[in-house]
Amino acid sequence: MKSHQNFGQQLLKSLKDWARVSSPWVLHFNTGSCNGCDIEILATLTPRYDLERLGVKLQASPRQADILLCTGPVTRQARERLVRIYAQMPEPKYVVAIGSCAISGGVFRGCYNVMDGIDQVIPVSAYIPGCPPRPEAVIDGLVKVLASIHSPGHKIPSDILEGALDPEKVAA
Amino acid sequence: MNTKQEPQRFVIPIGPQHPALKEPGNFQFTVDGEIVTKAIVRLGYAHRGIEKAAEERTWIQDLYLIERVCGICSHIHALAYCLAVEQLAHVEAPPRAQAIRVLVAELERIHSHFLWMGVSGHEAGFDTFFMYSWRDRERVMNILEKLTGNRVNYSANVLGGVKFDLDQEQIASIRGGIDFLEERTRHYLDVVATDFMFLQRTRGIGVMSRAQAEIMGAVGPTARASNVARDVRKDAPYAAYKEYPVDIILDERGDLEARFEVRLKELFESFHLIRKILDTLPGGELTARMPRKVPAGEAVMRVEAPRGELLYFIRSNGSDKPERLKIRTPTICNLTSVVKLAIGHQLADVPMILAGIDPCFSCNDRSVQIRTSNDPDGRMLSWDELRQHGIDFYKRLEK
Ligand code: SF4
Repeated sequence: MKSHQNFGQQLLKSLKDWARVSSPWVLHFNTGSCNGCDIEILATLTPRYDLERLGVKLQASPRQADILLCTGPVTRQARERLVRIYAQMPEPKYVVAIGSCAISGGVFRGCYNVMDGIDQVIPVSAYIPGCPPRPEAVIDGLVKVLASIHSPGHKIPSDILEGALDPEKVAA
Repeated sequence: MNTKQEPQRFVIPIGPQHPALKEPGNFQFTVDGEIVTKAIVRLGYAHRGIEKAAEERTWIQDLYLIERVCGICSHIHALAYCLAVEQLAHVEAPPRAQAIRVLVAELERIHSHFLWMGVSGHEAGFDTFFMYSWRDRERVMNILEKLTGNRVNYSANVLGGVKFDLDQEQIASIRGGIDFLEERTRHYLDVVATDFMFLQRTRGIGVMSRAQAEIMGAVGPTARASNVARDVRKDAPYAAYKEYPVDIILDERGDLEARFEVRLKELFESFHLIRKILDTLPGGELTARMPRKVPAGEAVMRVEAPRGELLYFIRSNGSDKPERLKIRTPTICNLTSVVKLAIGHQLADVPMILAGIDPCFSCNDRSVQIRTSNDPDGRMLSWDELRQHGIDFYKRLEK
């Protein structure tokens, strides 16, 4: 009986994984970047690189997105919005930090109005370095995220989110 | 049944999820039915504190920071900065360097205008146009990459000159690319001027008269589409624009169609200029010696970015860091015109009017809130929904 259930769950999980991996919907959010990374993401979606051939679709609403592509060093104004978008995305969700700014603040590190990277605010699954990363690098990073969806044990700690929503904790 | 029609008031904030731009904004539109009656703009959402940060870095470090003010027109920012610092230090870059600077600036203009063309096509619901123009844009990205090693943020400038030289092979590949792009531009100009669907969204929309453009201080192609002959490349030639003059493209209609045509026709000027530079590239050094400390003083530099006049003010106190740096970008000058122009237009036209000034339009996630007088909580619309509203609105009109 038990193995039966397990089998059912297994099947369902692999079905979900298959759907997720075959057609991830991405949301692009700019947290105060210089535009360089954003035009490269757009270039990745247009005919030369054509990310859509991997089933990737750019989506405008966080509620339907699987993967959040973040660029920019997170300005203080954008932080709240970023957390809100992250909270609105359904589980399981993945965040990809694109560009040096999104990873560490990059050239803007230490500026008075930036948070120095996406992972200071929300958990990040993958980092794509470059200023800006080439479209090939963006594709490579996304493919690696998709591969990790298959691997067991990949989980995003939900308690971080609570902390992220509390401005005092973030400031501390 | 209540037949008396109360004028309905909605307030529609667009943004602040618009932080891609140099000047991301929050726009609030008040509408009466479908007509916009009031527009307010609020800025400052992607404020990173670059001007302050620049005071804490050395002149050379600042170059890389300045380049990242905007990824779309990075070269022109760095160029303005370099020219201003060179002016302070009484150093002049050699003629070959100046010519290469102009060459890269014009290539950047091409990439920027193609990018804008695609994005505003997308705003009009013309996605085919978007995809084609971005495909062709890759050609100029190739050239830029071959030339400078980077697709974006080229780092072509150093204080006192440029970083790389051109060889015969590169010159040949630039020529090939330019020929291809020129042909494509001709095609796009044809589409923009004749496609019925597209004209519906652009002809007679967002008309700005010459007087209005002058009062509101519009700059760049937005001003030139309203017949204001304003182009820094012509008015105050910098770098090598004295040796390689450009013609100003003007249009007197002042509507969106004119803005499209002005930008596209400007591309032909750029192609022409690039060919001329390649033909007559002066020889010699690439850099001039630059002191590590810049003498005290103040400098102002104006350059023509793809979107219009870009102004840099630098004050030096004689140390190895600037004391004050001020940047004024073209979009901020043009935003006032959006606020004015939107009034009296259909809500459906707002995305196109905004796109018309080319406000560094790469972000997508703006939200729109519609608030009615009897529903104070309002209704949220995303930018995409507003865009769709515009597209559907015009589809309905057609029937
Ligand atoms: S990583 Fe570089 S290109 Fe990307 S947003 Fe930051 S400065 Fe711009």
